[in-house]
Amino acid sequence: MVDKKPTFDEMNRADGSPRDTYARYSQWLENQDTARLNAKSAEAEALFRLTGITFNVYGMEEADERLIPFDLVPRIISANEWRTLAKGIEQRVRALNAFLYDIYHNQEIIRAGRLPAEMIANNEAFLPQMIGVAPPGNVYTHIVGTDLVRTGPDEFFVLEDNARTPSGVSYMLENRETMLHMFPELFSQIKVQPVSQYPRALRRSLRACAPPACTGMPTVAVLTPGIHNSAYYEHAFLADQMDAELVEGHDLRVVDGRVAMRTTNGYEPIDVLYRRVDDDFLDPLNFNPDSMLGVPGIMDIYRAGGITIANAPGTGISDDKAIYSYMPDIVEFYTGEKALLKNVPTWRCSEPEALKYVLDNLPELVVKEVHGSGGYGMLVGPAASKKEIEDFRAKLIAKPAGYIAQPTLALSTVPILTEAGLAPRHVDLRPYVLVSPDGIDITPGGLTRVALNEGSLIVNSSQGGGTKDTWVLEE
Amino acid sequence: MRLRISHVTSYTYEEPVPYGLQQLRLRPKSRPNQTVLDWKIEIEGGKLEVGYEDEHANNVDLISFHRGETDLTVRCSGEVEVTDAHGIIGPHQGFVPLWLFQRQTTLTQVGPEMQKLVDALPKADQGLPQLHALMNHVLDSIPYSTDQTATDLSAEMVIYAGQGVCQDHTHVFLAAARALGYPARYVSGYLMMEGQTEQNASHAWAEAHVQGIGWVGFDVSNAISPDDRYVRVATGLDYGGAAPVQGLHFGQGREQMQVALQVQQ
Amino acid sequence: MLGKTAGGLFWMFRYLERTENTARMLDAGLRIALTRSAAAESEWKSIITATGLRKEYEERHGSFTGPKIIDFLLRDKQNPGSTMAAVVNARNNARLVRTALTRELWEAVNESYMVLKDVLAHPITDRELPGVLQTIRQHAAIVRGTLAGTMLRNDIYDFARIGTFFERADNTARTLDVKYYILLPSVRHVGSPADNVQWEAILRSVSSVRAYQSVHHGDTDPRSIAEFLILDRRSPRSLAFCYDKIVSNLGYLSKANAAASASMEQANTLNAMFQERDIDAIFTQGLHEFTQCFLRESFRLGQQIEQDYRFTE
Repeated sequence: MVDKKPTFDEMNRADGSPRDTYARYSQWLENQDTARLNAKSAEAEALFRLTGITFNVYGMEEADERLIPFDLVPRIISANEWRTLAKGIEQRVRALNAFLYDIYHNQEIIRAGRLPAEMIANNEAFLPQMIGVAPPGNVYTHIVGTDLVRTGPDEFFVLEDNARTPSGVSYMLENRETMLHMFPELFSQIKVQPVSQYPRALRRSLRACAPPACTGMPTVAVLTPGIHNSAYYEHAFLADQMDAELVEGHDLRVVDGRVAMRTTNGYEPIDVLYRRVDDDFLDPLNFNPDSMLGVPGIMDIYRAGGITIANAPGTGISDDKAIYSYMPDIVEFYTGEKALLKNVPTWRCSEPEALKYVLDNLPELVVKEVHGSGGYGMLVGPAASKKEIEDFRAKLIAKPAGYIAQPTLALSTVPILTEAGLAPRHVDLRPYVLVSPDGIDITPGGLTRVALNEGSLIVNSSQGGGTKDTWVLEE
Repeated sequence: MRLRISHVTSYTYEEPVPYGLQQLRLRPKSRPNQTVLDWKIEIEGGKLEVGYEDEHANNVDLISFHRGETDLTVRCSGEVEVTDAHGIIGPHQGFVPLWLFQRQTTLTQVGPEMQKLVDALPKADQGLPQLHALMNHVLDSIPYSTDQTATDLSAEMVIYAGQGVCQDHTHVFLAAARALGYPARYVSGYLMMEGQTEQNASHAWAEAHVQGIGWVGFDVSNAISPDDRYVRVATGLDYGGAAPVQGLHFGQGREQMQVALQVQQ
Repeated sequence: MLGKTAGGLFWMFRYLERTENTARMLDAGLRIALTRSAAAESEWKSIITATGLRKEYEERHGSFTGPKIIDFLLRDKQNPGSTMAAVVNARNNARLVRTALTRELWEAVNESYMVLKDVLAHPITDRELPGVLQTIRQHAAIVRGTLAGTMLRNDIYDFARIGTFFERADNTARTLDVKYYILLPSVRHVGSPADNVQWEAILRSVSSVRAYQSVHHGDTDPRSIAEFLILDRRSPRSLAFCYDKIVSNLGYLSKANAAASASMEQANTLNAMFQERDIDAIFTQGLHEFTQCFLRESFRLGQQIEQDYRFTE
């Protein structure tokens, strides 16, 4: 079931003429000299390096701080397209939170026979310590990054619901800053919806989820694993922009029934902790006892209403790839509406018939680990060698429940700037969604990731991916 | 039966403890056949931080050490009225799905020894008869003995050792019951032993869920279902989830623990 | 402010100051090596001694020759006083306290790291050295200027300043301590040309040749050099000047923090070593004894600040 349709290029029609969304930009671009643009590209890189927007590669010296390549051709979405997408995302995120509440309480969806109990029972991401815990405002996923791909004019699919600790939002913000800095004239010609309000929206959203023990204006802090973490830049950036403290586990301890940070004046309680540390490492008293990154007892304080943890522990149960295949049912079950955004058809290899189909069609499918991320541990059938396919076949037979398979989608392309001029490359989109009791806030656009290698479908930064500024046009 | 309980746990540290926390599951709750008339926990050398109910509806108290403390004492005392219900607790309650109690934990993993033990189980009808048979079978295979000094042995290791205390018996029973398809859980609590006031440790037994009846208790070490001499304090998937005290402290020195427990009418 | 952030700022600025100090010492040593090759080895020795790493140096390198010294002071990652190590440490601390810095200040520190990493990627030859030292000084100046020009005058600034002056005083005291014997009165009457060079080297290694000359109108004598570097509040590298700053910055901090009185008291006690005291009194006490006492007390003060402001638990 390979999608045989021609690839959809978001900028140009098949005849090479620009689509309406890109009309003004294309006009501007025509008047630019490629050499000047390439010089701008180098300028952008220098700017990123100076700002320190690098990611560390684990186990490497400080010399190996890498830049995620930035491409200066923006990805443009019309106001109309965005409205439709935003509605679909909002519906989906609402359903995710209702699902999480249900899974950690009555599990009505299982009782109703809409989701097999094994999907939860055999799932490592299900966190028993969250059973019966209702976080403030029943918000579990304060921050979501919904990965979307496009295959045609009106065809968007959700690829993944990142409901744990989605990263990359600092790139969304810095990419825009860089574009504003380099091409101010563009923004006076083309009206683009701003994104710079995100940190304020994030702070507002987190503050709205203060725990019962909070008195007065909620204190927000960002928990990072430390300066050697690959996303440290982002942690510092968000803390800075929100005017929140950036803390590590060893700055925190339980004091007077709260989780408090060590300041020069003594311990001060934290109300809302935006943590960028995985569940397992969050609390050595309650989870992995070897964790040096967490805060002993934070789960006890959390359950007693002394702190809000964002995202809530245990949200991983909603975004693994096996649960993903049930998302259309999940959306319908909790919202009473059909899902507005499509799922990519997914074969659950745990089901014998599906497994057989997948094994018979490996060269045409994308196979992913249920708990994998970052583009690792996946097979892209059409791009794989015979040997890679056979190796994967063995893995699949050994542990079918660990995998799902999807058709290879013809992801849309947007041109990037190369030495030789523009060249189309496949892209995806990760919009950032904030959830609070006051509502759902989606920043227009998001992070466009682009596979820089010709023909490649893998957009992950660890595997040759870059980013683009994403424009949602004003009405 | 009205039971008076006094349970003192004292910790001494070679070096002052700069920071430490302990999670206590030491507060029994009133429930059918068990009424807590009076219960208090006093702490010396530390203080209560928060209390809450965990997923198994256990009362949990989180306490912290006073900075630089070398001695910490947790003193529980109270009175509980218990009626004999032949070990039957009744229908499952709360949000924890029954399937969770079928999950083996690291302490109850089934290995070859466990498989042999399950295979050798005398035939009996599903439900109560089979579980009673299992209880007796476990005690026959693994006689009660306090000679074993290692703690936190997995069920598999306990069978290998061939003897054990109540905690070990309970883990073996849980592993086998789950292997047979029963949801099962660990219970920590108190038992009044006939003719002796001083007990050397708190007690542990198992509960298994039987269709149509609900949760039923099995005290493997004494080969009976709990009666009105048993006070349930906390439940969990294994010792780790129901332990009276679970702690973490900074500092180098060694920890020594002493328990003084009295259960009397 | 987080205790960790206060500690990160303190150390970030200590390392930044150290970057420059090392460059200055190297500059002074180079001058002697070029002009008086016979004195070179003892000059290099005293520089290494002043860094407090003589033992490590001797174990790894043995002889005190120019290229080895230059490499040890500029590039050796195992030498925490080397310019490269100090820059890396300053930047790591800057990353740690990123949220306390203005974007401009962070970028200035990051840029100096990027530039120096590049410049110091390979061993530095004698011919390249003056240019490299110039680059180091320039970047230090940019960072200092950015701090002054963009940062609020609040507790963040106070910790930055305390770190700077703490390191500087420490550096000046170490330099004096290593060379105290050539400033002693017993040596003074000898007044050989060799001594003149040595005296000037002391001033040069704390970048104070011009400053000293304009105050003392060109006369160089050891007593007034010692006075200039210890007691003269006009000299930005004197102990008295540094402690003036430390006391006032600690003063602002302790106003908002009643629990931090111990470090304030200690700083005042230290500062009193330079009050109502003339250089003769110090020479009577013994210059060596004086600097030793100062270094000991300054170490204690560092520990007390760390404790009072909860850098760590």
